[in-house]
Amino acid sequence: MIEVKLWAGLRPLADNQSVVRVEARTIREMLRKLEERYPGLAAPIRGQVAVAVDGVIYRDDWSRELPEGAEVMLMRRLAGG
Amino acid sequence: MSLDTTLQDKAFKSVGTRPTRPDGVDKVTGRARYGADFNMPGQLVARVLRSPHAHARIKSIDTSKAEALKGVKAVITSADLPDLSNGDEGLFATLDNCMARDTAKYDGHAVAAVAAIDEKTATAAMKLIEVDYEILPHVVDVDAAMAPDAPLLYDTVFTSGIEPAPTTPSNVANRAELGHGDVEAGFAAADVTVERSYKTEQTHQGYIEPHACVASCNPDGTAELWVCTQGHFVYRQKCAELLGLEVSKLRVTSSEIGGGFGGKTHVWAEPVALALSRKANRPVKLVMSREEVFRASGPTSATSIDVKIGATRDGRITAASATLRYTNGPYADMWAELGAMTAFACYDLEHVKTVGYEVLVNRPKVAAYRAPSAPMAAFAVESAVDELAAKIGMDAVEFRIKNAASEGTRSSYGPVYGPIGIGPTLQAAKDHPHMNAPLGPNQGRGMACGFWFNFGGQTCSDLNINADGTVTLAVGTVDVGGSRASLSLVAAEELGIDYQDVKAVIADTATLGYNDMTDGSRGTFSSSMATISAARNAIQIMRERAATMWDIPVEDVYWEDGHAHAAGQNHGNRAPLSVKEIAAEAGNTGGPIAGHSELVADGAGVSFATHICDIEVDPETGSSRVVRYTVIQDAGKAVHPSYVEGQYQGGATQGIGWALNEEYIYGADGRLQNPGFLDYRIPVCSDLPMIDTQILEIPNPNHPYGVRGVGETSIVPPLAAVANAVSNAVGVRMSHIPISPPRILAALADAQDG
Repeated sequence: MIEVKLWAGLRPLADNQSVVRVEARTIREMLRKLEERYPGLAAPIRGQVAVAVDGVIYRDDWSRELPEGAEVMLMRRLAGG
Repeated sequence: MSLDTTLQDKAFKSVGTRPTRPDGVDKVTGRARYGADFNMPGQLVARVLRSPHAHARIKSIDTSKAEALKGVKAVITSADLPDLSNGDEGLFATLDNCMARDTAKYDGHAVAAVAAIDEKTATAAMKLIEVDYEILPHVVDVDAAMAPDAPLLYDTVFTSGIEPAPTTPSNVANRAELGHGDVEAGFAAADVTVERSYKTEQTHQGYIEPHACVASCNPDGTAELWVCTQGHFVYRQKCAELLGLEVSKLRVTSSEIGGGFGGKTHVWAEPVALALSRKANRPVKLVMSREEVFRASGPTSATSIDVKIGATRDGRITAASATLRYTNGPYADMWAELGAMTAFACYDLEHVKTVGYEVLVNRPKVAAYRAPSAPMAAFAVESAVDELAAKIGMDAVEFRIKNAASEGTRSSYGPVYGPIGIGPTLQAAKDHPHMNAPLGPNQGRGMACGFWFNFGGQTCSDLNINADGTVTLAVGTVDVGGSRASLSLVAAEELGIDYQDVKAVIADTATLGYNDMTDGSRGTFSSSMATISAARNAIQIMRERAATMWDIPVEDVYWEDGHAHAAGQNHGNRAPLSVKEIAAEAGNTGGPIAGHSELVADGAGVSFATHICDIEVDPETGSSRVVRYTVIQDAGKAVHPSYVEGQYQGGATQGIGWALNEEYIYGADGRLQNPGFLDYRIPVCSDLPMIDTQILEIPNPNHPYGVRGVGETSIVPPLAAVANAVSNAVGVRMSHIPISPPRILAALADAQDG
């Protein structure tokens, strides 16, 4: 079971929860299950999120495996210069 | 992604050396082709008509007289760039920024454009376009825009991120809050607290090359664009979406680039040039003037920031908070939120809270500028940190070392850090001779640290082994800072051949798979991963070809030092085959040899830097001069150390300019008063000392060679380092950037008045 922390802007789309628990082996599976449970998250998940796994920020590699007990956070996808 | 990105224990031969860059000769002899250097037969010249008003309703535009002028081939307005955004707010903002619809939202906002046979005709035609404006009240200052009685840019914006949702519209598009712990409890535990407000003014990226492109639309629906950009694949995507073109039918070729720094990650002129070409059925060249670059492209946010930090007398921070207000221009984005994320990222804080407000104003649409939003936040926080250290009588570096984030620290933006480099950069600063060098009269020393995220992204490259055994490397990340040299070094390293045998080029959008832009400090980080992957794929093929040439199983062939070697007792007496020997036989061993790679380069890792600045201030005139400057930053592994140093020096220079001189100055009428390099003063070589650099190499565990991005972080500390140096030199805390001579004199006068 993975605990996923949501940034404040996402919480209203997920029954105002700041932490959501899902059973998932990869980032892709985690995002899919979040979207199934909270359809309102579908729009931000398409292109607005990055996922921090144990402090490393992933923006594209949704195949990345989630280690048991990993700290997982959804973050805003960032701009760069 | 097939590439194993795990850090390898490897002794480097090519990586880490400093060969001459392949594009250098062309650049110093003037042969290099920049955006404005491309020309086509029958090409027209485009000019853009821009609003002279900060805020005005466009009641009507009459283009008939301009269209009737001899030599004019097309005139366009927003009607020629219809809204195809289909509810995508970001795409609509880009469209509206390229060509205003019903309202001009800032001085310089494009309202119409002309394509004519020459510049004189185009300029004459512009003057014949009649725009009937209804001037509206405007606001350009970030704090004024947040006032309850401020003129509104829209009556449809209700601040998001606030519960309950506001019932009245405002210029605040969003409120974002980050942090953890209980800051009030933390402040209650503090022995000493510093609380101060700061302002920074809006700056431009200041790239020397203005935006320039040539667009050519054909009647069959195909189109080509030659353009100065940081990301031609992204420009292709955006232009196709804005103009309703099929992506495959728009071919975009990037020119050499005379600086971008984030400012060439957004389209401005390109959709306009394409729309003109489509209407005129001729190629169109559009080159923005410097004035247009200032008024209508870039810039970064102006900010207003409040910081409060508390600490115990023995130097431990107990709580920190910041409220950050960033101008966005007329279109909402996440610039303040980025500032809120980065503000306290250098520190290990039990209680921290940051709040960011995105503020809409009648200024140009804000664009990314090198570690966007982080320098202003770092200025405010690092100024307060310095002041707090002084208040408790602790050395500024020691105070930071005591409170620095490290592995296991919960970052102020959320996740817990893995191994990070802030501690080593601070320790290197403490140990650096610069920190203990004597200062002269009227001189002060300041230091500051800074943070930036860095990222990777979608990346693709082709590595072709030519018939003579030389290698052509085609990449899709625009070479902004010497990446063709760096990537050639990586290809040479992986293949085991000489750097001179590799030629890297930037492929156009029709000849290589999609690549994200060169932004987020990702160019060398990402494309080196793709290059390593492509080289390994080519090596696999060369092993197979060697096996064919020797008529032995491929499993018995291994690759070492640029050669295929036969393994084992049965084949051990065979002379190794070089790349050249294998390439020479390619036609009869299976055809051309190439390695391809398509991947997403994640795992860039966060980045930290510490800067030290000595400055001399003339107390009579307020004039200041940087006399010594040192940059210390972790590069993971410096592929080409000279270009890493160049990035450090360039970022520091831009930050020094921002700190001391650069600012957008608006008149009461909301018009920009200084859209030129004479009145908007960026530092030139003669203004600065040689900037010293110290490259730390703490390998990135998520890259085969340990590489980290280095392009952006170096602009984060300078605003604060300079401000701390000036404050120490004059004995007055400087809280308004730029710290120009009038502001220094005013601060000194205020201090004297008591």
